[in-house]
Amino acid sequence: MSPRPEYRSYQFAGHDENALCLGMGASRRILIIPPLFDEMNRCRRMLVQAMRGLADRGVGALLIDLPGCNESPAALADQSLSTWREAVTAAAAQLEATHIAALRGGALVDDGAPHLPHWRLAPAKGSSLLKTMIRTRIAGDKEAGKTTSEAGLIEAARDGPVELAGNVLGPAMVAELATAAPDEIAPVTVRVLGQDIAGSPLWLRAEPQDDPAMSAALADDLDRWSASCGG
Amino acid sequence: MPFVPDSVETTIRELLVDVLGVAPATVAAMTDDTPLFGALPELDSMAVAGLLTEMEDRLEIMIDDDDIDGDLFESFGSLVAFAKAKVRE
Repeated sequence: MSPRPEYRSYQFAGHDENALCLGMGASRRILIIPPLFDEMNRCRRMLVQAMRGLADRGVGALLIDLPGCNESPAALADQSLSTWREAVTAAAAQLEATHIAALRGGALVDDGAPHLPHWRLAPAKGSSLLKTMIRTRIAGDKEAGKTTSEAGLIEAARDGPVELAGNVLGPAMVAELATAAPDEIAPVTVRVLGQDIAGSPLWLRAEPQDDPAMSAALADDLDRWSASCGG
Repeated sequence: MPFVPDSVETTIRELLVDVLGVAPATVAAMTDDTPLFGALPELDSMAVAGLLTEMEDRLEIMIDDDDIDGDLFESFGSLVAFAKAKVRE
């Protein structure tokens, strides 16, 4: 029988942040940094199923809420890639993670614990994530009969929070996303979807979807990778 | 590595599968005349945002949103023609 999921928390910036944990009694405990913003919601179920697969293989996994996301009591508008990087570092230490796995934009904030082995799937540039959110905002405004420009939104984001595709982002977040690329860290294992891992980019889809075969492929790969490097 | 225009069409087909979740067989059967916007329920104005960004990333092009009008997504052929023109720029 699969281990039951449990919620633990880590302390960051005066708040208790949630981490969904499975199989934490194992010697290997992989901290999973999900894709950012809407992309996280679209593949959360697939990720949790991959965590169950890992637990079945005797590997622990923890999926953290980044401050301002999911059940977090913190405000998203107060966050930036820098605060998220610090939060990941705090979570890795407090929850005693032995490995770090980041998906998509998660790879923009995974480099605060360089002593741990890192794994990345389909790392994304911050500018691409930002551009999609800006385009979504402009398309929504257009349907409502309003004309909004990218330049106007970027300008507004210098002075205060802007709402982009349902996310209220502060000036620091917008500025950091515009230039962020996954940092070079070592050691890091980068996986390409469709080549190393069978599956489809659920994070790009308009609606959340499930993919049991992809969850199994992820669990297999994370199990093999984590066994090959410490823990 | 610059993109050769011949591979642009393949990339667009992959995008429709990956971003919109359209069945691969449906996408494989598309011809230049196959209508997209209004005919594919998966393609709405919100999905277009993600599609454009993925097109930029995979084809290594920049798309100025002012260039975009309703005709771009009218048919599979019009989308491929737009992408090929951008790759040549």
